[in-house]
Formats: sequence, structure tokens, C-alpha cells
Amino acid sequence: MPTVHFTDAEGAVRDVQGNPGDSVMETAVRNGVPGIIAECGGSLSCATCHVFVREDCLSQLPPMEDMEDEMLYGTAVDREENSRLSCQLRLTDELDLFVTTPETQV
Amino acid sequence: MSTHVAAAAPAAAPGLESQPGTPTRTGLLIIGASQSGVQLAVSLRALGFDEHITLLGDEDHRPYQRPALSKEFLQGTVESESLIFRSNTYWAEHNVDLVKGEFIVRIDKEPDGSGVAHSASGKQFPFKRLALTVGARARKLEIEGGDLDGVLYLRNADDALALKARVGDARDVVVIGGGFIGLEAASSLQKMGKNVTVLEFGPRLVGRAVGEETADYFLQAHRARGLDIRLNTAAARFTADASGASVAGVELQDGTVLPAQIVLIGIGVIPNTQLAEQLSLAVDNGIVVDRYALASDGTTVAIGDCANMPNPVPGSAPGERIRLESVNNAIEHAKVAAYSLTGRREEYAGIPWFWSNQADLKLQIAGLCNGYDQTVIRRDQERGKFSVLYYRQGQVIAADCVNAPLDFMAVKNALAKGQNIPAGPAADPATPLKTITTDS
Ligand SMILES: Cc1cc2nc3c(=O)[nH]c(=O)nc-3n(C[C@H](O)[C@H](O)[C@H](O)COP(=O)(O)OP(=O)(O)OC[C@H]3O[C@@H](n4cnc5c(N)ncnc54)[C@H](O)[C@@H]3O)c2cc1C
Ligand code: FES
Repeated sequence: MPTVHFTDAEGAVRDVQGNPGDSVMETAVRNGVPGIIAECGGSLSCATCHVFVREDCLSQLPPMEDMEDEMLYGTAVDREENSRLSCQLRLTDELDLFVTTPETQV
Repeated sequence: MSTHVAAAAPAAAPGLESQPGTPTRTGLLIIGASQSGVQLAVSLRALGFDEHITLLGDEDHRPYQRPALSKEFLQGTVESESLIFRSNTYWAEHNVDLVKGEFIVRIDKEPDGSGVAHSASGKQFPFKRLALTVGARARKLEIEGGDLDGVLYLRNADDALALKARVGDARDVVVIGGGFIGLEAASSLQKMGKNVTVLEFGPRLVGRAVGEETADYFLQAHRARGLDIRLNTAAARFTADASGASVAGVELQDGTVLPAQIVLIGIGVIPNTQLAEQLSLAVDNGIVVDRYALASDGTTVAIGDCANMPNPVPGSAPGERIRLESVNNAIEHAKVAAYSLTGRREEYAGIPWFWSNQADLKLQIAGLCNGYDQTVIRRDQERGKFSVLYYRQGQVIAADCVNAPLDFMAVKNALAKGQNIPAGPAADPATPLKTITTDS
């Protein structure tokens, strides 16, 4: 099973196993990982599922679409080079993903 | 999983704990296990509320998100499992008892806020505090043929499953109501290859939720995408097929009959206030609550689609009340109630926002446009972007944005920080709103 390693803004780490095909956001929300709100449930409308992806994981991810790119300019904590919206990131069997959640999403 | 089986328990005297050995009354009984009820339980746990919580609903599904029902779920691009809010493990770990399939019909309540809720199946659920998160139900269209098979509504998962089950056999669909649900479902069904007609009784789409310009934009855009939209048009009756049991068409007031193997009605919702009325709580287009989400008895909290609350937008007219039907409101209002139940009196001051996805049109609304006196339109024809900013006395109060997330985000952030986006410079669609935002 793919695992997502969530680090919060204070540095605490939580490893969550997910199902291939689910998004990183779904995996977080279902298990109550704090720091991901995801009001719109993944329909790319809220930007409250923002994560910072560990640099070495970035290349394994699908490139972002324009809409995600634009939404990232409206996140509560400013975007960085490694910012993504976690509802757009799907787990695959090969993926072991390390992400950090921002201090706040609103 | 149910540890609450309280049917046989003698109801303890109000304010007293049950005797050892008998099931204790739950600390908080939340009636309605959906967006606002789930958020209330989650927020309470985040705030350190340590009493037992019972999250009870009448549906036979684990709590799920509704918005996808008219969009991704209907189109089959997401699975039902991914609509579930929280895993069973989460509820167990957080000492929340999830009760499915129980419809509460009556509540006995004491002045201290405690009481017992009675379900249709005869079970009793004793509680110390009560939260009503009962939402709203679809408004029914009472015309001839309304009970024919194939005349459907779309409010919950069972409705969506019933609709999905029929879609395969249908060629023609008539959607009644040009509001958000109607247009979302119509776009989805059109994408699935159906011949879809939308009937709207009023002179424009989406009633009062958006301004004239946005309504016009959607009308043009949907027509350009091949949706047959008829304004100022009412259905007079539904006709039956040869069997007499299933719908075959919609007869309009001028006698025209449109063929339809499915009629989907989306003409708004009615807040569920029956329990509040039975409890003699103040009710007026929803359960009347104060700014702390407390109903008129001072102990029951009521939140989400079922609640009528003071307008939460900073700077709104004193005494102005509002009932909002949105995910964002269900979430924010639940947070207010969670503070309230833990003794922290915090006011709801979030910026309401809303989204609706229809075909390739992504509508995002920030703020509430009530009482605007000026609009500024930003149109980028080439890239299919369109925004309307609403102003009251020179201050931006809301925006409708279509395929323009940057505008949406800029307005939402400005409203949250009490800033302004001057109308003059905003009128140039090439200027990013973020760069002209001012500290009022
Ligand atoms: C098809 C659809 C699409 C939508 N799309 C969007 C969107 O894109 N964006 C957006 O912001 N919002 C959208 N919404 C609105 C949003 O889903 C609602 O605002 C939100 O669900 C309100 O949450 P709630 O908890 O207040 O009420 P509800 O979700 O209505 O939940 C109330 C629950 O209480 C239960 N209940 C009622 N009475 C009783 C009783 N007596 N005993 C036990 N249980 C009871 C009901 O069965 C229900 O499960 C959509 C809604 C629908 C139906
Ligand atoms: S969950 Fe809303 S944008 Fe990702």
C-alpha cells in the first residue's frame, strides 16, 4: 500500500497508508490529518488542501494544470516552488510521498 | 459499533447521570449526519471537547459529501467511497458513535438542555446537549403526474443512485428549475449523451443567487454548449407512458409536450424545522439562532442549511438575517457552534463562499452581493474568463467568478482582510486584482 508521510508545520510526522487511485487529500481527510481542510472535496475550487511536496518527490508527480496553478496563488500560506494542491495528487503503488502541511489553510 | 442502545434504559432525571451499569446519556446528540453535523463533531474534538458524541442520521450511508452528487458522482468519475467524509476508524478513535438509519420524530427536552430523542423505529437517545443539523429537503412540485415513476429529485445519495439507475435507458431528460442543482445536473446529463431541456419559471437563471450579468453569462454559455434552456416556462403536468406508471413527457402551459423518460426537479429546498417546531423553538425560514448558533431556548445549537442566522459578513446591516445553503457555511457555522458548546463565545465572521461546476464552467462566488449599488465586469472572451465584482458605497462586497480563480481568490482574501479593490482599476481585465488591492 502506498504511504503518505505528512509533516505538520511544527515538524510532527504522521504516516498514513492509502489506496492507489485515491488522492493525497482524500487520504488525509478520511484519517483526520490536521492541516488539510479540503472544503470543496477535491473539485479544485477551494485551495484549502495545499501541501508542500518534498523536493525529491516532485518529479514523480503529474504536472499541474493551469487551474491548479492559478488556485495556488490564493492559498492561505504563500505558495512555494514545491506547492501543490493535494486533491490533484493521486496515489500509485510505486509512490511513497513526503509532504508538509502549511501552518494554516484559511 | 453502537454502544448507545438506550431503548431500555430508564430516562435519568434531568441533570443527573445515569446509574452505573445503565447506558449513559451521550454528552452531545447531533441529529443530522452530514456536512454540518460531521464538522461539528470534528471541530469539537479539535477543541478538546471530551464528552461522548453521538452523530445520528436517518440515511443508511456513512456521512458523505453532497456536491459531487450532481457532478462527478452522477457522471461516474468518482466512486461513492471517495465521498465518505471520515473512516470508521476515525470515529472510533475519537469516541464518536455513528448511528445510521434512525429518523428522529420527537424530542423531550428539559430546561437545562438535556433530554431524550425518540426515533421512528422506537429507539430512545438520551442526551445532555442537543445539536440540530437537519439540513433541508427538496421542494416538491405539486402538479398532475408528479408521482409518476421517473419524476425525480436530487438531495441525497439515494436520490442520486435512483437517478443513475435510470440514466442508461433514457434518451430525453427534462430538468425543471434553472438553479445551481438543476444546471449542474443538466450539464452532467448532457455530457452523458442525453438530450436535455431545462425549464425555468423565472425570467433568468439561478434566481437571486447571482446578479443579472452572471445569470446572462450562464444562459449564453449553456446555450452555446447545446443545452436547450427555456426561460419564463412552466410545466403544467407530466404525461404517462402506455403503462400509466412511468413518466413519458412534460406538458407545458401552452400545450407543447416535451418527451422525457426522466424528469429531474430542482426548484429549491425547504429547511427541516419540524423538530424545532415540536420543541417550540423560534422558526422563521429556518431555525432562528443567535450569533453563537444557539436557538431560542438558549441551549440547543442549530447549524447549516436548517439555520437562520445573523448575517455573518463583517459590516452587514445590524439585525439582518440570512439562511445559507453551502458547504462553506455548514463548515464555518459548525465551528461557531463548537466554540459555543465549549464555552468560548466567538463570533462567526468568515467570508461566505460558494462554488458550482457546470460543464467546463467553474463558478466561484466570494462574499454576498445583497445590497450592492455598483458592478464591475471583467471579461476575457479569448480565455473564457468572466468576473463580476459587486460594490456597496465604493467597497467591494462580493464577486462571481467564472473560470477565474485568481479573481475569486483576490476578492475572497481582500474581504477576509477588510481590504478593498477599487472599482476603477478593477474594470481592466488585464490587471491582476491582487496588485490593486488597498487597505480600504
Ligand atoms: C446535489 C447537490 C449539490 C450541491 N453542490 C454544492 C456545491 O457545489 N457547493 C456548495 O457549497 N454546496 C453545494 N450543495 C449544498 C451543500 O451540500 C449543503 O449546503 C450542505 O450539505 C448542508 O449541510 P447540512 O449538514 O446543513 O445539511 P444536509 O447536508 O442537508 O444534512 C442534513 C442531514 O440530516 C438528516 N436528517 C434530517 N432530519 C432528520 C431527523 N429528523 N432524524 C435524523 N436525521 C435527519 C438528513 O437526512 C441529512 O442527512 C449541494 C447540495 C446538493 C444536494
Ligand atoms: S480540495 Fe478544494 S482545491 Fe483541493
